[in-house]
Amino acid sequence: MTRWAMVADLRRCVGCQTCTAACKHANATPPGVQWRRVIDMEVGEYPDVQRAFVPVGCQHCEDPPCMHVCPSTATRRRPDGIVTIDYDLCIGCAYCAVACPYQARYKTERPTFAYGRQSEHERKRHDDARIGVATKCTFCVDRIDSGLAQGLTPGVDPEATPACVNACIAQALAFGDRDDPGSNVSRLLAENQSFRMHEELGTGPGFHYLWDRKDGDDPPATS
Amino acid sequence: MSPPGRPQGEYRRAQPGGTPVTFGPNPWQQQSWDARAAGNFIGGGAGCGLLIFTTLAGAPGSLRQGLLVLALLLVSAGLLCVWAEIGRPWRAINVLFHPQASWMSREALVAPLLLGCGAAALVWPALQPPAALLAAAFLYCQARILHAARGIPAWREPMTVPLLVATGLAEGAGLYWLAAPAWGAGGTAAWIGFGVLLALRFAVGARWYRRLVPVLRPAALSAVNRAGHGYNAGSLLPLALVLLVLAAPLPPVLAGLLQVLAGALAVAGGALFKFLLVTRAGFNQGFALPHLPVRGVRR
Repeated sequence: MTRWAMVADLRRCVGCQTCTAACKHANATPPGVQWRRVIDMEVGEYPDVQRAFVPVGCQHCEDPPCMHVCPSTATRRRPDGIVTIDYDLCIGCAYCAVACPYQARYKTERPTFAYGRQSEHERKRHDDARIGVATKCTFCVDRIDSGLAQGLTPGVDPEATPACVNACIAQALAFGDRDDPGSNVSRLLAENQSFRMHEELGTGPGFHYLWDRKDGDDPPATS
Repeated sequence: MSPPGRPQGEYRRAQPGGTPVTFGPNPWQQQSWDARAAGNFIGGGAGCGLLIFTTLAGAPGSLRQGLLVLALLLVSAGLLCVWAEIGRPWRAINVLFHPQASWMSREALVAPLLLGCGAAALVWPALQPPAALLAAAFLYCQARILHAARGIPAWREPMTVPLLVATGLAEGAGLYWLAAPAWGAGGTAAWIGFGVLLALRFAVGARWYRRLVPVLRPAALSAVNRAGHGYNAGSLLPLALVLLVLAAPLPPVLAGLLQVLAGALAVAGGALFKFLLVTRAGFNQGFALPHLPVRGVRR
């Protein structure tokens, strides 16, 4: 089986939000809607302060609470682990939004534009089907499906890889098949210590965060 | 629209040796459900509670019919509220598509049965007990809807289910006592039943709150505290009035007035609590990291 998953290396992420911008560009999300965003966390008190940049979005859970509560069956989970929304079925009740522990879902009541009036670019990419319904990160499922149809490998070939992963300047984001032991994400998970957000809720996220090397040794000093 | 960008707020670091080790921005109030969603829980809960209590109290004649109509209107108004909130109201029928798992679908399936059976009970009183059972089912579905919202810690707490059921029943009893004295109806048993429901509501609410205290972050707990004031006042004040009317030899007119006041307090307290629970105390989970990234030399 295939289980598409994303890995974010918290040691590498610099919080540049390029992934956020790439996602907005690829998916034409309206102002205020960020399917991929990076949370800026500052922890501790002066002078012992640490900062972490945490990419978040839909975690494409194995047991998605959003899917169970959805009264219209618009939210579904594909066999490859990607959680999808059928915009033609969704009634926009936002039950999924309050059921998601990751604040990953948005509902846009009316069209909004970056500079007030609709630009030419926004006019071309406007999709009325996404008004009044729930939306969220799709793992760029159209790119994945199209890439697979062309014999490409998601996570390896950029044409078949989510836009946020392609755009990451620090290679902090990786995408691939978690069930394939030879995939990039499997290798990263094998070599590093990782966690998943809100693991205690039992949702089984498909989004892993790397935070340290597995051997636990201090990294060699560099000059 | 849901709040975008970075949530603001204070940050918390776990105490040494404490579990779990979490870091992250504080949760913030959900923006997906507003007063219209709260209206469904308020109207549906009170309406179902009223139908059930009216049936159990054996309300006579025109009082029975009047209260039945009020109950059905409240349930309908609640459904209308939620219909006004959904983004695609003209495909609302799709709400019925997922009864296998979604409590919202189940509620929507029970609703027409409840309204139909309740309306028929206006003409055929024999149908009132089945209507009361459907009202209980509807009320239970509503409670489970909130409980299934796993993104909101105050809602997903298991005691939310008995909490919403208990408050709905107490509000229904309160509505009954708002009207019954004017008809010269409402016996001692119904009055004691009202008191029992108020005591039950308070006890369930206290247990719900005790379970939330160690779970919620400060801002979320503060919001629950604010919602709890109305809840406590709406339970304890009418409960005191119930005991007063039972214990003291009051003139019938005064006793009737106190009964109406107790009913009004019970209804207002429950409605205010549900409104605040949805629109003010619905703080989400926030984000949390069990580990911070290790960069350079370990700390």
